[in-house]
Amino acid sequence: MDARIGIRNTKSILFKSFIIFLAFVVTLPLIIVLLYIIKQGVMQVNWHFLTHVPAPEGEKGGGIANALVGSLLIVGMSSLVAIPVGILAGIYLSENPGTKLAYYSGLCVDILQGVPSIVMGIVVYFWIVKPFGFSAISGSIALAIMMLPIVIRSTEQTLLLLPPSLKEAALSLGVPYHRVILKVIVPCGFAGILSGIILSIARIIGETAPLLFTALGSNYLTTNVTGAMESLPHLIFTYATSPYDDQHDLAWGASFILLMFVLILNIVTKLITRKWKIQL
Amino acid sequence: MDKNKRLDLSYSQMKWETVFKRLLIVMSAIILLLVVGVFITLIVESWPSIKSLGIGYLWGKVWDPVNNIYGAYPFLIGTLLTSFTALIISIPFSYAIAIYLGEYNPKGWLSDLLKNTIELIAAVPSIIYGFWALFVLVPVVRQLETKIHVAPYGVGVFTASLVLAVMIIPYAAALGTSLIRMVPSPLKEGAYALGATRFEVIRSVILPYTRSGLFAGILLSLGRALGETMAVTVLIGNTSAIAHTFKDIFFGPGNTMASVIANEFAEADHALYLSALIELGLVLFFVTVIINLIGKRIITKYTNN
Repeated sequence: MDARIGIRNTKSILFKSFIIFLAFVVTLPLIIVLLYIIKQGVMQVNWHFLTHVPAPEGEKGGGIANALVGSLLIVGMSSLVAIPVGILAGIYLSENPGTKLAYYSGLCVDILQGVPSIVMGIVVYFWIVKPFGFSAISGSIALAIMMLPIVIRSTEQTLLLLPPSLKEAALSLGVPYHRVILKVIVPCGFAGILSGIILSIARIIGETAPLLFTALGSNYLTTNVTGAMESLPHLIFTYATSPYDDQHDLAWGASFILLMFVLILNIVTKLITRKWKIQL
Repeated sequence: MDKNKRLDLSYSQMKWETVFKRLLIVMSAIILLLVVGVFITLIVESWPSIKSLGIGYLWGKVWDPVNNIYGAYPFLIGTLLTSFTALIISIPFSYAIAIYLGEYNPKGWLSDLLKNTIELIAAVPSIIYGFWALFVLVPVVRQLETKIHVAPYGVGVFTASLVLAVMIIPYAAALGTSLIRMVPSPLKEGAYALGATRFEVIRSVILPYTRSGLFAGILLSLGRALGETMAVTVLIGNTSAIAHTFKDIFFGPGNTMASVIANEFAEADHALYLSALIELGLVLFFVTVIINLIGKRIITKYTNN
């Protein structure tokens, strides 16, 4: 009897060590990967790098100003479209959970979340690029569609967590419905909604595939949103696969900048959700 | 303020109320229309290929745009091979992380550290993983390939799978952790009270209880891996020819549905070529959406119980 317990305890301890080993053995190399990218990229970044466009092939120097401006513009335009639509749709889904429209829209949100980004690129190509040509606008529309599910779900989930008595109290005071939603419900769930928005921006800022057929890319610094425009992920893709070492250096620098954007946005989301104790 | 004016005010408020309610409905309907639009666009644009190539398109082994021959088989195989290999590599690691964070060490600085690191790893854009792997992982794989006597390309199905695994581990681990934490504690306490060890509780209480959820997690990770484009495009090697031996298929260069679209969409110069590529997108759309929906349904059913 005693021996059996010994064996079972040993098994348990062995299993625990095995689990801990597996869990940490995979995390360590991944941290090393992150540090490697940071190390390669940080050497490239300086003022010149941030304010100049890439040098012609084979020449030294140059920077990623065109991609930086392009990424910010494209992501900014996507947010302008996706945030209002997403929040309003999210409000509808949380306010009318039983309706047919809510059921089918909810289903469509799940479908949108599962659509591969490259497929989104193809579709927006036929919707906008084919009739109007490559443009930053078409890129932002593709990215906006990818932002939508995240914004909608986080809005819906945050609002569902609010106590119903809040809304009931406001309504019983005779406040009209739209004011209850906009002045009571949304401000109460603000932190959750905001963190969903920031998270969705972090997700799409690194998306490359939909931009291949929409915003394309450009070697010039441009703010013309109806023309082709460079972006950080697209620049990394083109320069990573080019044969020139100088272009690889630019890509490392761009990777570092993009990584910092993504990490900072994720940390901000974490801080918001922690401060307001909201679970997404 | 006289009585009439007050009535006017509330009348305009009521108008606003209707406008607002309609706006909410329109915004939700937009989501529906978007998905219908995506679906219709894909069908319409791939119709020439569906009509002229028929169902045989799916198992046609030759992809030769020059001679206008299109078969999707090489890409189906490439996509399935990379995704399933990535899944198999990732499962032990993601389950280990999930069991560690969910059962052994749910609180404390070490689990916080592990959890935050995993989240950071999940946030890195796939193009950056692809870029890193191209310069660091590919030379390593090349050495390995010389050792096992296959052509040392470095890029190919195997390399792409490794990076795909890295990308799905954090996702599956986070999902698994929250599932394991949802196991009701009376169940576990009951088992402990009967004298079960930690290992026995995990094996005979936690794992059976979370089985369907963990299965859904695998489906969702698979959905991710199937549609993943950029890292795979950089690492897969881009050849549409099928190798003859399994060793070559696995270690040699290949192509996936997503990578061939990324590479060839811009240079598709005639109608059937473009249409055949879009049909690949249509197939990819169907497969990922169905896998995702099944996974999501199982998860919601599970969390509601």
